[in-house]
Amino acid sequence: MTQLALVIDLNVCVGCHACVTSCKEWNTSGSAGPLCDERPYEADPTGTFFNRVQTFEIGQFPHSETLHFPKSCLHCEDPPCVPVCPTGASYKRKEDGIVLVDYDKCIGCKYCTWACPYGAREFDEKQKVMKKCTLCVDRIYDQSLAEIDRKPSCVKACPTSARLFGDIHDPESAVSQAIREDGGYALMPEWGTHPANHYLPRRKTKLKIHEDELERADNPLKVDGLLPKPGKGESSMDDASAW
Amino acid sequence: MKPAFSVIFLTTLLGAGQGLFLALFTHQSYALFGLLPMQSDAFYGYGSAIALLFLACGLVASFFHLGRPERAWRSATQWRTSWLSREVIVLPVFMGVVFLFGVSHLAGYRPEIVTLPSGLLIDLSIVIGTIGTLLAFALFICTGMIYACLRFLREWNSPLTVINYILLGGSSGFILASFYAASAAPSQTHFFVGWAIIITLLAFVGRAASLVRNARLKPKSTMQTAIGVKHPHIVQRSMGAMGGSFNTREFFHGKSPAFLRAIKPAFLLLAFVVPLALLALGMTTPSLLGFAFALQYVGLLAERWFFFAQANHPQNLYYQCV
Repeated sequence: MTQLALVIDLNVCVGCHACVTSCKEWNTSGSAGPLCDERPYEADPTGTFFNRVQTFEIGQFPHSETLHFPKSCLHCEDPPCVPVCPTGASYKRKEDGIVLVDYDKCIGCKYCTWACPYGAREFDEKQKVMKKCTLCVDRIYDQSLAEIDRKPSCVKACPTSARLFGDIHDPESAVSQAIREDGGYALMPEWGTHPANHYLPRRKTKLKIHEDELERADNPLKVDGLLPKPGKGESSMDDASAW
Repeated sequence: MKPAFSVIFLTTLLGAGQGLFLALFTHQSYALFGLLPMQSDAFYGYGSAIALLFLACGLVASFFHLGRPERAWRSATQWRTSWLSREVIVLPVFMGVVFLFGVSHLAGYRPEIVTLPSGLLIDLSIVIGTIGTLLAFALFICTGMIYACLRFLREWNSPLTVINYILLGGSSGFILASFYAASAAPSQTHFFVGWAIIITLLAFVGRAASLVRNARLKPKSTMQTAIGVKHPHIVQRSMGAMGGSFNTREFFHGKSPAFLRAIKPAFLLLAFVVPLALLALGMTTPSLLGFAFALQYVGLLAERWFFFAQANHPQNLYYQCV
């Protein structure tokens, strides 16, 4: 069965908030109505967002590191927000695992937000219904878009490709490979919600080249000679021939 | 969590209404077995009307919690999975049964249903009352389970939550019944006061147990599991919003820790100590029973406020700058 999800690479996220603005732009313009804002140009603006980028400082100065942490609905495989909904407005789609809210059925009781440990849902104070990330369900299946554009808005916007999108139940998909090979992990695994979205950890990207990698130590056929080394004062063709 | 006044009033008013009905039917059951003198139909009938009034006020309060109250009827559909949905079904059914119980007494329509071999005459009001008693407990369980089933909110995720809803509602209702009996059936006041004291003492034990339990809770989620970084020193620098969001408003009580600390002894005093003292005095001075109910109701409002404020939602880990 399909389970669409995002895999967010914390190693390359630079905290630019492009995913936040792109998400807001797409989802406030759709047929489901705007994501309402209150006092947008005043001192204390607030509004409804599906996606936020938070920033954490890890360690203590001077040995500290900045972590930008994009946070949206994780589309849990066992979503605790769904069974508590009294109206059935919150549901998880069987065909692709996206957790959605039917804005026409929601009564705005906010019980689902109590049941979500991640704080992924936000109440729209003007429309008085609960809202959350839809994985751009109105975009990823839109046949009128070019295939390359059938991705969530945040994924398309990310300038560093920190956001991957795909089916985590397909072992060959790019997201499954990323989770498998780059140490993908889920948030708050202690609650057994099995979030579909995964995060890739910060990791070292240094490349250290050892001497024996330049001059092959194993030299199996004994045909590799030593690299030519011109004398110190001699002119060299290296600069011209290197490319 | 942010205590919503609609829910505080909803749960306390329903508790008093359910408790009052249970008190009335307890008396009628005692009378059925000849342990107490059966009272007039008017006593049970008007008592049910008062219970119904409290239940109706609770129902009205519940609508203030909804963003879209006009769609409230939809909330009865998910009874298979949602305790909130179950409460939405049980509450009106219970209100209907309380109404019928009152009507059967006030109209004097109490036809015999069955005579037990022992010669005990079971009439219609007994049958309705028994169904109502079961529904009153079902409603207490639904209300309690709405909170107790949320496993992330560990302060609530305990059988004590359900037990305390039953005991606190029962205490409130039996004190109300004592006050009612003091004017409507003075000879029966001692019966209700006696039970009110017992239930209030039990409620005190139950609430104290949950306070002790909550004080010893260790959070299951930490900053490390929340963002998946194992470093012991993590500080949030930005929440992703400058002017706050739903997440910064809904999950914080917005009062100082000193206020929270002050509320606890205040509700213990008002909801338990003061009413117990007034109940004891009310044995001889029935006029104090009204004060006992009113002061305890204020105490229960404070208790419910504290119940919500004390619950610390794991999502707050993502909103440390509030």
